[in-house]
Amino acid sequence: MVKAKNLVKRYGSNYALNDVSFEIGEGEIVGLLGPNGAGKSTAMNILTGYLSSSSGEATINGISILENPIEAKRLIGFLPEQPPIYPEMTVLEYLNFVYELKGCEFPRGEHIGEILSVVKLTDVKDRLIKNLSKGYKQRVGIAQALVGDPKVIIFDEPTVGLDPKQILEVRNLIRTLGKRHTVILSTHILAEVQAVCERVIIINKGKIIADARTEDIVRTIEDGYCYEARICGPTREVISAVKRINGVRSVDEAGVRDGDAAVINIETVGGSDIRRALFRLCVQNNWALIGLMPVGTDLESVFIRLVDRSERPDSSRRGLKRN
Amino acid sequence: MLAIYKREMRSYFTGAIGYAFLVIYLAAAGIVFSYTTLFSMSADVTAFFTLMLIFSAVMLPILTMKSFSEERKTKTEQLVLTAPVSIFSMVAGKFLAAYSMFAMAHVFSSLYCLLLLPYGNLKAAVMLGNMLALLLVGMVFVSVGLFVSSLTENQLAAAVGTIAIILLLLAVGLIGLFLPTTYWLRFVFDAVSIFTRFQNFTAGYFDIASVVYYLSVSAVFLYLTVRVYDRRRYN
Repeated sequence: MVKAKNLVKRYGSNYALNDVSFEIGEGEIVGLLGPNGAGKSTAMNILTGYLSSSSGEATINGISILENPIEAKRLIGFLPEQPPIYPEMTVLEYLNFVYELKGCEFPRGEHIGEILSVVKLTDVKDRLIKNLSKGYKQRVGIAQALVGDPKVIIFDEPTVGLDPKQILEVRNLIRTLGKRHTVILSTHILAEVQAVCERVIIINKGKIIADARTEDIVRTIEDGYCYEARICGPTREVISAVKRINGVRSVDEAGVRDGDAAVINIETVGGSDIRRALFRLCVQNNWALIGLMPVGTDLESVFIRLVDRSERPDSSRRGLKRN
Repeated sequence: MLAIYKREMRSYFTGAIGYAFLVIYLAAAGIVFSYTTLFSMSADVTAFFTLMLIFSAVMLPILTMKSFSEERKTKTEQLVLTAPVSIFSMVAGKFLAAYSMFAMAHVFSSLYCLLLLPYGNLKAAVMLGNMLALLLVGMVFVSVGLFVSSLTENQLAAAVGTIAIILLLLAVGLIGLFLPTTYWLRFVFDAVSIFTRFQNFTAGYFDIASVVYYLSVSAVFLYLTVRVYDRRRYN
């Protein structure tokens, strides 16, 4: 349904996107994951025809966005990073404008009414957009993308700036939309992808570093955990004892001591769970284990790990690339 | 195009700009009209329209400054540019909206001339020539305004830039006045001068070449605006 082929976007000598290719089938919910400035928005802007790529091609349902922009854009609903709303209009006026702008041919009242109820805006439909809260404005932005019942819906960071309850609502809404539409969403929050998407494409510095089913990615991330442990005992002895546990790759001091406890970072060899062994070690030495916390599951660390892997020549990369 | 036109018109009248423009334009026209005709006991409306041309040069940029700048700043242009609408339709919709505002103000203010009917000999040809000429010049001013507005996010910069370009276009004719009539540059200056061509109409002549000239200049600036948007996708 959506196909990106060798997309490159250059700004001077900087690459915002560097040879990005992917294919998204009908009815898939795909997350574009990456830190800020990774190229997610650029990729989305190219898919929607807002920007042109320096080279490469993007097609929607086989229609090139560059050669036949109007036909291709008819198939897309887009929510940019900042919802494109006119504050001086009411919600209903705005959606009517979008309906006319997109040249829709459905029964108007029924179509807009349906969208209002899907995004739960019916109660505020006659209010000026400028008087709505941030969460409602975001929903107006989503409603706008749904006008015209497009086959492909593209959301750029749909939950940024929303409160936790609103985030859950938007995620539920996206899951519902995924039943009838192809959905692409971008985010820099790992949990969001886990909650909503079946497949995730990870972008870093303009390049795809992983493209796989969400569960595979999550497994990769959990593999090779890092822990921060607080153990009441002399730092040096604790470190040398922990190093001897089977499955530990490295141990180092994390920082200042916490009272009488040494604070250490433990990195494990992929797949091994050292928690029980660590507990037994502490019991043997009569050290109190007062804290054990997994660290490094945040996006930054995940990237470091994935980038590491993608640069390693061995087969550990298998399973992270679909093609 | 129609959707964009309607939204623009609505935005003129939901904010203060539309009303402010009409009120100030009509009030200024009233004052200028009183001084140039009623108080000076003259039925010649040429001075009135000429002064209104200068006044439009300053007023129209206020109408066009936000056309693209504001949408660019608030990123609402992303909606229009990712909708199944061509860039040309977007520019045309905005042009027609700003131009309708001007045409409305202009036609209303021209009706003032009818006040002279009971007192003097109002020449229909002169009045209609003046009206038509200002309508055409307004088209050029609006196109210049839209073009400059498409270049910047800053509305004030758009307004000032537009006034600067319009004054330059008007000044070209004045430079020509200092050159001897036989010198070839004089001919060139007169040919491209908005003001010299305006004067043909004020004498009551229907100058088809000037009509074509105004339409072309306007088309060039609208084309440049489309190009600005086309170009920006690649930058």
